[in-house]
Amino acid sequence: MLLIHCPCCDETLPEMEFAYAGEAHVARPADPSAVSDAEWEAFLFIRTNVKGPHFERWRHIHGCGRFFNAVRDTVSDRFLTTYPAGAPRPDLTTLMGDDA
Amino acid sequence: MKDMSIDTIAASRAATVTALSPVARFSLRGRGDAVAALSAALGVELLARVGARAQAGARDVLCLGPDEWMIHAPEGDAAAIINACAGVAAPHALVEVSDRELSYAITGPQAAELLTLGCPRDPDSIAVGEGRRTVFDGATVILWRDGRDAFRMDVWRSFAPHVTHLLATGCRELALG
Repeated sequence: MLLIHCPCCDETLPEMEFAYAGEAHVARPADPSAVSDAEWEAFLFIRTNVKGPHFERWRHIHGCGRFFNAVRDTVSDRFLTTYPAGAPRPDLTTLMGDDA
Repeated sequence: MKDMSIDTIAASRAATVTALSPVARFSLRGRGDAVAALSAALGVELLARVGARAQAGARDVLCLGPDEWMIHAPEGDAAAIINACAGVAAPHALVEVSDRELSYAITGPQAAELLTLGCPRDPDSIAVGEGRRTVFDGATVILWRDGRDAFRMDVWRSFAPHVTHLLATGCRELALG
């Protein structure tokens, strides 16, 4: 079982309290009617699908109820960090340390 | 076997599960300026830390999230709470959820161990006098810890038969060990 740190509760809790919510930092276009079909397709469907550190959203659904962002290594399943929704992407080289 | 009153769900030397009398329950949401105004109106400080509880008289307020609180009060106090919050001008949401949930008391020397049957988090990580919303075998529940060996569990009523059945099984199993 994964242990996830909720930045809102400031507790590290079992994965079963959380729900996965897809890739993070996918911004909805401010004016949807102005974007092309290709751009809209990219917003809706195209994801990075990285092998390695992945920016993703989680929700502490059986707890504070908040959405937050996490960086998880998709190879090792290790959580590098979690941070509040709306905060900028953390710097990967700092997070990865010697592994970068 | 202890005397089984109609409100006792299960009782063993490990733990006792009892159905509690109905109380008035409110879900309160608000942020920013509303928090201080609501605290003043209710006469209870709305604490900001998730899991913290504050009491004033018979009103018991648990912080569930950064802008969310659960209020328990005697049923006769419900109208007063609604009126108090109605006078707050700042945007907020007070929703009566009295009939949504049922409460059970879980007491006894192995009360915390009984909860581990369904709770992935360690019940002992909830300090005495605090509370948390968490999950019990798939059902979202609110745990209030009133003492080292005394918990209260709020569960949505449609999940109650499943949850109480599991707790009753656990009471029997722990007493065997």
